[in-house]
Amino acid sequence: MLRQAQHVRSDEDLAVQAVDLVKDFNETRAVDGVSLAVPTGAIYGLLGPNGAGKTTTLRMLMGIIDPSSGTRCVLGRERPIEAAPEIGYLPEERGLYPAMTPREAIAFLGALRGLPLSEGRLRADELLKQHDLGDWAKKPIRTLSKGMAQTVQLLGTLVHKPRLIVLDEPFSGLDAINQARLEEMIRREARNGVTIIFSTHVIAHAERLCEGVAIIASGKVVFDGSVADARGRLHPIVRLRTRASDGPWRTAIPSTARREGDEFVFELPEGGPEPLLKSLIEGGAGIETLAIERPGLHDAFVAIAGNQAAAAMGTTGAGR
Amino acid sequence: MTRLFRSAFVIARRDFAATVLSKAFIFFLLGPLFPLILGGVFGGIGAKVASQTEQPVVAVVSSASDFQRMLSARERIAHSIPDSLVVHFAHYDPEPDQAAQLKRLLASRNPPVRAVLTGGLDNPRVTGAVTADSDAVGQLRLIVSDARTSAAVPPELPVTETAVSSGSLAKDRALTAQIGQMLLFFLTLLLSGMVMSQLIEEKSNKIIEVIAAAVPIDALFIGKLFAMLAASVAGIIVWISSGALLIQVISTGGVQSLPTPAVGWSGFLALGVIYFALNYLLLGSIFLTIGAQASTVREVQTLSMPVTFAQVVIFGFASTAVGQPNSTEALAAAIFPLSSPMAMLARAAQDPAWWPQLVAIVWQAAWVALILHLGARMFRKTVLKSGPPVKWWKLKRA
Repeated sequence: MLRQAQHVRSDEDLAVQAVDLVKDFNETRAVDGVSLAVPTGAIYGLLGPNGAGKTTTLRMLMGIIDPSSGTRCVLGRERPIEAAPEIGYLPEERGLYPAMTPREAIAFLGALRGLPLSEGRLRADELLKQHDLGDWAKKPIRTLSKGMAQTVQLLGTLVHKPRLIVLDEPFSGLDAINQARLEEMIRREARNGVTIIFSTHVIAHAERLCEGVAIIASGKVVFDGSVADARGRLHPIVRLRTRASDGPWRTAIPSTARREGDEFVFELPEGGPEPLLKSLIEGGAGIETLAIERPGLHDAFVAIAGNQAAAAMGTTGAGR
Repeated sequence: MTRLFRSAFVIARRDFAATVLSKAFIFFLLGPLFPLILGGVFGGIGAKVASQTEQPVVAVVSSASDFQRMLSARERIAHSIPDSLVVHFAHYDPEPDQAAQLKRLLASRNPPVRAVLTGGLDNPRVTGAVTADSDAVGQLRLIVSDARTSAAVPPELPVTETAVSSGSLAKDRALTAQIGQMLLFFLTLLLSGMVMSQLIEEKSNKIIEVIAAAVPIDALFIGKLFAMLAASVAGIIVWISSGALLIQVISTGGVQSLPTPAVGWSGFLALGVIYFALNYLLLGSIFLTIGAQASTVREVQTLSMPVTFAQVVIFGFASTAVGQPNSTEALAAAIFPLSSPMAMLARAAQDPAWWPQLVAIVWQAAWVALILHLGARMFRKTVLKSGPPVKWWKLKRA
């Protein structure tokens, strides 16, 4: 594995690079040839339904499990464990020692990454105050609410000031206020030059935060690029309401247009809005409303990953 | 390597604090009291039962002069073997109705009569719940025979005492070896269950993934094992201090009353500490590996019994070194890594040579490192579902 990986040279601009990662669990292939390139300082999202292979990919990138084949390079190291002091990782399944205090837990998580315990305690006090948890600093974690405990673990992910933060489904289990706080925290860390990778099945978070996304379905990367690129794969959507129900104007809208209530919904034709408007007016459509919408990431996801994957994402696309 | 040990230290420090500062640790410290209390209770009951059942009482129906001679003969036998092993006598004068007297005595509950000796020294006859070839009847034959001879005074046998002889030294040192082994066995036995459940906390709290991403699995295993060792050493210091204080209070002599080991007391105690640590680390690393495969406390409990039996078997194997440190079995026990610490401690009590001790320490330490490394690989493979198949002969880094 290491011999194979030697040809992988981490570009200085890339915080994480993965080439053809494959992971088999007995007969099941969980990840099938995933390749990623995450630029330094970027906020990068892994999108996909549950069971798509996001967590397995992240666990391989973190060195928790080894790939069955393929190579990875994290912060310039082929063995991710060697870069551990510069990485912060929040796993999907959260966990802390219930008898520990938040202060000690954060300091312990920092110490695991090489931060001296005394320094970790000082930073823990500071972080807990910043997140309105100062009063809970010395109470056992078992007395905290789930959201508070999750915040404590998140702070433990940041306490050693990592260069790369990897968050697996960080928004799940958080209320709206804490989700907003987490989004702000991600933006703040990115402004400081920290690379952030997070997985989510909530498209809205990725749409608001990410510069780059990888869409994973059935263990494969089906799209890797910017959110704008993903959206750019689709034409703008036209929503049209007319007074006339029929007439010559109907030839101006594509045959694939669908009805949503009183509206016709269809992709903007190649010629753009002006010829469409002209044809509608001249054809006597009697335009009541006409809206041209830029497609959201959800629409792009549906187009790229397919309806089945989109259905597996549930109603979370409502945030588009 | 530095990072490995630094990471192990972080894990060990957390585990040590979590163990020693918990309320459960008080029960751990009280642990040795329970066998002592149980030993005292059952020992007392056993002694009482033994005193009631192991000393057969024989009713002697005879003249007073015959009985006196038989009693003197019994006393002479009781000089050479413990009194409790010699039949006890209760004297009764002959009654006119001998058959009725015999029946009444055999039914007596106070004292509980096992047999009745009638006919005096001239025509002795035994009736009762005994067989002709039993110990009690054999003793009665000797007593009657001795009592019949008038000159029953034992001959003079002058004795010149020496401090030690080869036979006495070997026997005494074997006793020291046995005590050393027993201590090592029981101290390690107390800890095995605790070691097995060490990773359950991380697995059930789901913090294992954070740790696995931050430190090498080897560091996790080393840290956990040494934390438990440190906690147990803390416990042992408390036990030894309490024991020494108790001996000081209630007794004199203490350790000095035990036979001196071949390597001397200071060397023996130093080796005792080292072999305790190595014995714990060897067995602990195996139990930690086994326990790491378990997902629940119930699974760990199920594993506890075979593990305890395995320890008893290993102890039995190691005990072959007591009394015969150069026998084939003893050498095999010294070479087999899991019995080596106990076998070598026994050797230290009986053999003054130091070089085998130093070789054994290096040998055992190498096995600790090997088992820990393989355990970490197995954990990665079976629990984290990662890495290539475990090839025991190919020890490349996990």
